[in-house]
Amino acid sequence: MSHGFGAALKVEDGKPRLPGNLHTNRRLSQWLAIHPDGRVTITPGKVELGQGILTTLSQIAADELDVDFARVTARPAATPDSPDEAVTSGSLSTQDSGSALRHVCAAARMIFLGVVAQRVGVPLETIRIEDGRFIGPAGEIGSYWALADQALLECEAPIAVTAKAPGARRIAGTSVPRIDLPDKVFGAARYVHDLRLPGMLHARVVRPPARGAALAALREGPLPGDARLVRDGNFLAVLASTEWDAEAAAARLAARAEWAATDTLPEQALLAGWLRAAATRGERSAVASRADPAPAAARALRPSFTRPYLAHGSIAPSCAVARWEGDGVEVFTHSQGPYNLRADLAKALKCPPEKIVVRHREGAGCYGHNGADDVALDAVLVARAAPGVPVRLLWSRMEELGWSPVSPAMLVDIEADLDAAGNLAGWRSHIVSNGHSSRPGRGAEPTLLSAALLAEPFAVKPSINPPMAAGGGAPRNGVPFYRIPALTVETTRLLEMPIRTSALRGLGATLNVWSIESVLDEAAALAGVDPVEYRLRHLDDPRAIAVLERAAAMAGWAGRSRREGWGMGVGVARYKNSGAWAAVVAEVEARERILCRRLWIAGDVGEVVNPDGVMNQYEGGAIHGTSVALLEQVAFDRRTVTSDTWESYPILRFSEVPKVQVELIDRPEQPFLGSGEASMAPTIAAIAGAITEALGIRPRALPFTPDNLAKAEA
Amino acid sequence: MVQFTLNGAVVALEVPDEASLLQALRGPGGLSGPRFGCGNELCGCCMVLVEGVPRYACTLGAGAVAGLAVVTVEGLGTPEAPHPLQAAFLAEQAGQCGYCLSGILVSAAALLERDRSPDEDAIRAALEPHLCRCGSHNRIIRAIQGATT
Repeated sequence: MSHGFGAALKVEDGKPRLPGNLHTNRRLSQWLAIHPDGRVTITPGKVELGQGILTTLSQIAADELDVDFARVTARPAATPDSPDEAVTSGSLSTQDSGSALRHVCAAARMIFLGVVAQRVGVPLETIRIEDGRFIGPAGEIGSYWALADQALLECEAPIAVTAKAPGARRIAGTSVPRIDLPDKVFGAARYVHDLRLPGMLHARVVRPPARGAALAALREGPLPGDARLVRDGNFLAVLASTEWDAEAAAARLAARAEWAATDTLPEQALLAGWLRAAATRGERSAVASRADPAPAAARALRPSFTRPYLAHGSIAPSCAVARWEGDGVEVFTHSQGPYNLRADLAKALKCPPEKIVVRHREGAGCYGHNGADDVALDAVLVARAAPGVPVRLLWSRMEELGWSPVSPAMLVDIEADLDAAGNLAGWRSHIVSNGHSSRPGRGAEPTLLSAALLAEPFAVKPSINPPMAAGGGAPRNGVPFYRIPALTVETTRLLEMPIRTSALRGLGATLNVWSIESVLDEAAALAGVDPVEYRLRHLDDPRAIAVLERAAAMAGWAGRSRREGWGMGVGVARYKNSGAWAAVVAEVEARERILCRRLWIAGDVGEVVNPDGVMNQYEGGAIHGTSVALLEQVAFDRRTVTSDTWESYPILRFSEVPKVQVELIDRPEQPFLGSGEASMAPTIAAIAGAITEALGIRPRALPFTPDNLAKAEA
Repeated sequence: MVQFTLNGAVVALEVPDEASLLQALRGPGGLSGPRFGCGNELCGCCMVLVEGVPRYACTLGAGAVAGLAVVTVEGLGTPEAPHPLQAAFLAEQAGQCGYCLSGILVSAAALLERDRSPDEDAIRAALEPHLCRCGSHNRIIRAIQGATT
C-alpha cells in the first residue's frame, strides 16, 4: 500500500520506476477503459474536492489518446478497483495521478496503434489519430472504438513510453470548462449529501458537551415518530425515517443525557504559554542545518510568532451514507482517501478491510482533513443497527466547526543574524506545534473521532508530521529558501493533544512563510533597503525571482505612492520548498480593523494543464489566506471548542473580499506542480507586511485583529 | 400537508408542522438545489425565493409558504434553457466546490429583478448573507455583472 505522502516520497521496492502513482498501481486497466461506443473512462484514485482535478486529469488523458475531451469521463474512486492513490492532498494530484495517467494513455495509444499497424501492415509511425480514429497513409484503418478490447490494457505499464512533446499538446494547456460545474449551477444531485437510496433512513449524532466526557446517565423517554436510539459506549446517535424526526430526536436525547466531564483544555488566553510548557515535554528534532562560512553578526533579530488553532470551515457539514449487508458494509463518503479510510474503518470495526467498500462522492470543499472520514465511521456505526438499509448521517454545523480535526496552534522563535551590510548571515529557529496529521490509514489504531467513544474505545494518539521529504508538517516551509550561510531549524512535536489536530491547507506553512517573510521585512528596513530588493539580494532560485518580479510589476510596487492608513506588503514562497511558486503583493486599509483591498499574485506551477483552473486555485487560496490573516481563530473553554457557529468562527464575507489579479508563468517543458496551497501562506505574509507599512507595527500573532495588533511591536 | 407553488407547479407536500421548508424541499419535494449549511441563517446555502424574496429555507417552517410561490435554483433554468445568471456563472467558471452556488444564484436572481444593472457594491451587499469558502467571490461578482449586459 502507498504511504499517502505522495510520489515525492519514493517507495523503494526495487521495481523499475514508473511515473507518479503508476509506480505502485502498475496495471493499465486500473486507470483506463476504452469502450466500443466511443467513450473513454479514466479511473484515478484521486478525488474531486472542488479543485477541478477530474477535469485536469480528463484533459491529460484526452490529449495523450488524441480523442475529443467530451469522450472522457472520470469515474469516482472506489475500493477495491481504483488505484490506491492514498490521499488527495498536498497539492500532489496532478503530479501523482496526472503523470501516471499521461503515461498510461501514451502507453495505451502505443499498444492500440501497434495492433492496428500490424493488422493492416503499415508502419506505426505513419498512422495519426483524429478523435480516436486511426488514419493510415491510405485513409482510415480503424479506431480505438472498433478495436476496444480491455484485454489490451490488462498488462503492467511498459517503462519505455513516449508522451507527446509539449508543443504537440492540444487539450492540456487550455482552459477547458470544469466538468462538474454545470451540475452545481443547476442544483443537480451531485454531492454525497444528495444521495437518495431506496428505503434510506436519516441519522444524527449527539455529541458530548466536553472532550473526553463519559455518558453517566440517559433518562428514558419517548422519541418522535419512528426514531430510535443507537448507542455504543459514549457514541450516541438517533435513526429515523425522516430528517425532521431525526433532528427532533437528537435534541430530546441531548436534553436527557448526563455527562461526566472534566477540564482537559488549556486556557485559551494563555495558549502561547501552554505551547512553551508542552514543548519542554515534547519531541524535539532537527529539521535542517548548514554551517557555511558566515560573516560576523553585527546585530540580531529575535522575534517570536504565534498562530491559533484554525478550522477548515467547510460550507457543508460532513455527511456519509452507509449500508450493511451481512458482515460487510458499503459507505459513500467525501473522504480524501478511500483506501486509507477503509483501513481505519476496518480497525475500528475489527474486521478485514475486504469487508468494506468505500465509494467516493463529492462533498463541499474540505481544504484538508475535515470531518469527512469521521462521519463515515459514524454512519457505519449507526447503519449496523439497521441491516440492509442505507443510512444517511449528516453532521450539524456545530459538529463540523466544533468536532472536526483543527489545524494546530503554533509558535516559532527565530534568531536572525545580520552582517555589517545588513544581509542575513545566520538563522536559528524553533517551531513548536502539535503534529499536522491525524489522517486515517497510517497508524496501528484508527484516528476516526468516534473510535475513541466506543464501549471498547481506541486511544487517541497525538498527531504526527509528514516526513520532511514529503514537505513536512509543522516545519513545512520552515527552512528559508533565501541564501543564508549558517542555519539551524528545529521543531518540537507536542506529545499531548488537548484538541485533535490534522492537516489544513498549507499545514505549518501558514506560520512559517509569514514569520520568515516578516523577518526579511524587518531586516530590509534596518538595512534601509526596499523589501522586494532585499529579497532579491538573498535569492538564487530563478523561478522565485521571476514570480517576485512579476508580482511587484503587476502591483506597481516600485512606483507606489503612500497614502495615510494604507499600506502594501509582499510575500513569496515555494510551497514545501519543492512545489509551486507564488509571490503576492497585498494592499490593506487600516480602519477600525484591517481590510485587505487588493492582491496581486504571480504563480509558477511548471506545465499548466488548465490555466483558468490554476488561477482559480491561486485566487481561492489567497482569499482563504486573507480570511485566516484577518479573522480566524478557534475559540475554546477548558472543556470544548466554543467557536461552533459562523458567528463565533467568522470567515471572510463578500463585502470584505479583496480584488485579486493572478498571472501565471507557464513553463510547458517543466513538470507540473499542484496549485491548491501555493498562494495562501504568501498572502498572509504580504498582508502582515502591508499592515507594517500602514501602521508602523509588526504583527506577531495571527489573526491580525485589533486586539492582537494592539500587542504588536513598533 | 402544505400546498404551494414550487418552481411554477402547484405541489402538496406531506410534512408535519415542525419540518422546515428546506427539509420539505429536499425530502418529499425531491430537490437537491437548496442545501443545508448551518441551520441558523448564517451561510445562505439554503436560500430560496418566496414570492420573489430571498428567504432562509432552513429556519422557515414549511407551513409558512402555504399558498405562496417558492423558487429554487432548479426553477431558474435548466442546462437546455439556462437562466442568464447560470450561463454567466458557467462562462466565468464562477465556482470551485459549488456548494454555495444554489443559494447565491437565487439571491442574485432576486437582485436582478429589482435592479437590472447593479454596481459592484450592490452585488456584494446582496450576497453578504452568503458564505463561499473556496474564494470564488470575485468570479461570482463578475458573472453577475456579465449577466446584466
